Amino acid sequence: MEALGSLILAKYNYWAVIALLLIGLYAMITKKNLVKKIIGMNIFQTAIILFYVSIGSKKGATIPIITHGHGDASHAVHSVEYINPLPHVLMLTAIVVSVATLGVALALAMKVYSQYGTLEEDEIREKIMESEPV
Amino acid sequence: MRALGLATVFCFGAILFYISFDFPGWGDENSPASQHVSPYYIEHTMDDTSVPNIVTAILADYRGYDTLFETAVIFSAGLACFFLLRIPERQAPPARFYRHLATGITFRIEKGGRLPEDTDEFERIDSVWVPYDVIIGMTCRLVVPFIQLFALYVIAHGHHSPGGGFQGGVIFGAAIILFAISNNLRRTLKRMSEKTSALLGSLGVLIYAGTGILCMVLGAGFLNYSALASLLGVDPVSARSHGILIVEIGVGIAVTAVMVWIYYNLSSAGRQDEGL
Amino acid sequence: MIWPLDIIILTIVIICGIAAISIKDLLGAAIMFGAYSFMMCLLWSVMGAVDVAFTEASVGAGVSTVFFVAAVFRTTRRTRD
Repeated sequence: MEALGSLILAKYNYWAVIALLLIGLYAMITKKNLVKKIIGMNIFQTAIILFYVSIGSKKGATIPIITHGHGDASHAVHSVEYINPLPHVLMLTAIVVSVATLGVALALAMKVYSQYGTLEEDEIREKIMESEPV
Repeated sequence: MRALGLATVFCFGAILFYISFDFPGWGDENSPASQHVSPYYIEHTMDDTSVPNIVTAILADYRGYDTLFETAVIFSAGLACFFLLRIPERQAPPARFYRHLATGITFRIEKGGRLPEDTDEFERIDSVWVPYDVIIGMTCRLVVPFIQLFALYVIAHGHHSPGGGFQGGVIFGAAIILFAISNNLRRTLKRMSEKTSALLGSLGVLIYAGTGILCMVLGAGFLNYSALASLLGVDPVSARSHGILIVEIGVGIAVTAVMVWIYYNLSSAGRQDEGL
Repeated sequence: MIWPLDIIILTIVIICGIAAISIKDLLGAAIMFGAYSFMMCLLWSVMGAVDVAFTEASVGAGVSTVFFVAAVFRTTRRTRD
């Protein structure tokens, strides 16, 4: 029983990441509205970012800003005292790139809307079939 | 289709759930991710760059290439939005709306009609115009300068606290977007035109890449800021700290301009005559 | 890391995510996605990733929501799923 408890404590964060990944993937596959698909894509991205941040965390460590860095109080820095900063750096840029891709995705959706007058995937397919019958 | 999607999602979830038992426990300090590169960064950042915020130091110095091309990606996203959405001025909308300021009467002028001259008597308004709200207008006018000041603080203080070029740039862009929402898009375009934002976006990337090339000219590797020591008149370690600041300013300018540029195109569907 | 707090925020994040993809109104979905981003930002600051949390608060919850609202305003709020 205790082993199960410690297993859950060690893994529940990854399970939440998996749940969010599945929510995003489900929205991307089954939703027919383009904006809903874009929201699903963003949820997928944030789930992956959460996964990277979870990998970098350490028990009993503090945030990656060195305390008493300058002056007389400076001392040797041990890596166990600070959370792994590398995933944070990679994910920080990933978030800003995600907003840039979001802008391009929404621009494409608006272009589709101005062409077909709808954002629903099946209605768009019908209109394409009407205009050029196979 | 729905059933097929659900089946795919469940298969994917089962595989991930099975794999999750092989991951190191959450918060494990001996996990492989914390073993190889990151201890070097944590222990040597202070001696190498004298920047207490390790994230800023890695972002702009150790992994400078990465951030340079991320900035380039953001700029190209702004360009992509421009090419996708922008509609030239000459394809004018079918009708324009003007309001006579003294009487409050609104006019609808059809395409080809005579437009009022650029006087103080008439004001061009949006097609879904709502009367000017005093509370929203005054609050935003008071808040915008403080948001901009905070953005500059975030960029400048990124060495010692959370923050840096990306966050500060986005906050500065958000301040301009707030001005555009609370007033209107045309007034914002008069203050920061589309051409200005495009030029500022490329200027930001140019500052970043130019700093790297300047380091090469001074005899060190690309983006090795310690070469700037002779130019700035400080020791090599402080030069790296100053180099990070220069690069962060470039990133901030680029991100600000691109966020505003994407907003201009998205909110007006490319016409850039009336926004939200 | 405080695990009870962590589990509560994770639950809210998952609920917000499900709500964002199931609301039958695109403007509501955009606002729900903003709430999702804010909860995610809170989660990261609890986990000690302050820089990432700051970026998410300004980018994900601020500018992303504005972009979504702008796009929905220029297209349509209607959705069938």
